[in-house]
Amino acid sequence: MKEIAIISGKGGTGKTCISAAFSRFVESVVMIDADVDAANQHIILQPDNYIEEEYVGGEFAKIDYNKCIACGLCASYCRFDAITQNKGKVLIEEAACEGCKLCMRVCPSSAISMQEDHESRWYAGKIKNGVLFHARLAPGMDNSGKLVSLLRTEAKNYAKTNNEDLILIDGSPGVGCPVISTITGVNEVVIVVEATQSALHDLKRAVEVSREFKHIPTVIINKYSLNEEISTEIENWCTENELKVIGKIPFDLVFHEAVQARMPIPDFAEKSEINSLLFDIWQQIYS
Amino acid sequence: MRIVVGSGKGGTGKTFLSVNLFCFLEEQGIPVSFADCDVEEPNADLFLKGEVKSVETVFQNLPVIDTAACTFCGKCHDYCAFNAIMFIKNLEYISISEELCHDCGACLYACEFDAISEKKKELGKVRIMQSTKGNRIVDGLTNIGVYSGVRVIKSAVKKLENQGVEILDAPPGTSCPFVTTASFGDYVILVTEPTWFGLNDLKLAVETVRGMKKEFGVVINRAGDGEDPVSDYLKKEGIELLAKIPFDHKIAKWYSEGKIPVLESSDLHKIFYEIQRKLKI
Repeated sequence: MKEIAIISGKGGTGKTCISAAFSRFVESVVMIDADVDAANQHIILQPDNYIEEEYVGGEFAKIDYNKCIACGLCASYCRFDAITQNKGKVLIEEAACEGCKLCMRVCPSSAISMQEDHESRWYAGKIKNGVLFHARLAPGMDNSGKLVSLLRTEAKNYAKTNNEDLILIDGSPGVGCPVISTITGVNEVVIVVEATQSALHDLKRAVEVSREFKHIPTVIINKYSLNEEISTEIENWCTENELKVIGKIPFDLVFHEAVQARMPIPDFAEKSEINSLLFDIWQQIYS
Repeated sequence: MRIVVGSGKGGTGKTFLSVNLFCFLEEQGIPVSFADCDVEEPNADLFLKGEVKSVETVFQNLPVIDTAACTFCGKCHDYCAFNAIMFIKNLEYISISEELCHDCGACLYACEFDAISEKKKELGKVRIMQSTKGNRIVDGLTNIGVYSGVRVIKSAVKKLENQGVEILDAPPGTSCPFVTTASFGDYVILVTEPTWFGLNDLKLAVETVRGMKKEFGVVINRAGDGEDPVSDYLKKEGIELLAKIPFDHKIAKWYSEGKIPVLESSDLHKIFYEIQRKLKI
C-alpha cells in the first residue's frame, strides 16, 4: 500500500483540483481530504456518504453562575487569556479556551465544568472509483491534526480490508498541525506551488517541514504562465535544493470551469491538453 | 478600528486585500497599522517591505521533571488534557512529549512533590517593522515543526500601535488560529471567490464569525462573467457585499511580482474607495 500526500504551503495553488484529477487516473483509489477546516474535495468527487460519525475533538470550560463565588482564582491560573473578570463577574471566552481543565481543577466552589464539542463530523463516501474520507471540524476547534490522523487510520483500515493499493491525501495549507499529521509516515510528498512570490516563499517552508519529517518532496508548478520569470526562479531554487520539478501546468480556465461543473478534470475535459499533462505528471508520481 | 481579513478557503486573496487596503489608506495619510497573523506562512512583508526595527522571540513554557524528586504518583499525567506526559507506573518511566504540550501549567499545579519546574522553548518570532510612510507593520513566524501558531499570533497583535485603523491578515481556515485572530477584530472582511469551493468555505467562515457575534462583510475576488453562486448566497442571507474585484491578468501579474496593484490601477482604486466608504473609515 502506498500513501501519497499533496500539500502546498500557500492556499489556493490548485491542490484540490490536481489531486481530484490524479484520483481519476487509477482504477481504484482511497482518497482523503485532510483540509478538515475547509474541505472541498466532496464538491468535486460528490461522495455518497455511507458513514457519518461524530468526532469529539475538543472541550471548553463553562461556568455555573449559581455556584461561582467570583473569587477570580481561575482567571489567575489561565494561561490562555481566556478568563476575564468584569465588575466581579467571571467570563470565559470560548474561542480562547484550549480545554486544559486547570480552571476547573482550581475552582474552590466546583463551579466550572467542561463541555464537549459535538459539532464536528467525519465521513466516508463512495465515489466513482473508490472511497473518499472527509471531515468537518467545528469552527474554532483545536485538534485538527488529531482529526486528520483519525481519517488516515480509518482510510488505512478500509484499504487493508479491501486490498486497496493507493491512498491519496489532499492536504491543507500551512505548515502547522494538520499538515504535520498529513505527511507523517506517508511514502511520498508532492508540493503544488504557483508562480507567485508568495507561493515561492511558502514552498520553502513546506519543503522545510517535509524535510523535518524525512521526506524529499517533488514539486508541481501550477499556473506557471502567470509569471514565467518567477516560475523559472522556482525551478532554479528547486534545482539548487535538489528537488525534482515533475510538472509545469499553465494557467488555464478549464480548472475554474471544471470546479463550476463540480467535476474532476478527466471527467470534465478528457480530451484537453491539461488533462494529458496532468496524466503525464501522475505517471511520474505513481506507476 | 480593528479589521480582520479572513477567508475560510486558502488562496482567495486575503493578503491581496489586506496589503492593498493598508497601502490605500496609508496613501491618504490615514493612521493605519498592519499585522500579518498567518504565522505559518506569512507573506504580507513580500509586498509591504517594511524596515525591521526589532525582533522578539516568542516562547512557551515546557515542564521539566526532576526524576529524583518524582514519586511516580501519576497525578501530572492525569491532569494533562493533551496527553503530553508519557507515564508507565511499573517501570517508573515518565517523560514529556514537547510538541503536544500546550503550556497550560496543569502538571505544575498537580505535582505535590515540587518535582516539576519549567524551561523555555522557542516557538517563533515577531518582527516589528516600519513602512516608508512611518506606519507600523508586524508579522509573526512560527518555527518549523511547531503545531500551533496561536501564541505567536497573540504576541504579534499585542505589538500593534492602538491608533487609527489596524488591519489583521488572518490565516486560512476556521480553526483555532483563525478564531484567535478574528477574536481581536471589530469587523471581519471575508474574502472569497465566485466558485463552489469559495462558497462552501465562505459558509463555514460565516458560521464561525456569526458564532463569535462579529460584524462582517464579504469581498468577492477574481469575479468573472460566469456563474456566481456566492452573490446569490449573500443576497439570500442578507450579508453585505463590500466589493467585487474582477479577475484581471494585469493585477495577477503585478501581484505575482510583489507589487501593490491598488497603487497601479485606477479601477482598483475606485473599488477600494468603495470598501473604505462602506467601512466608514
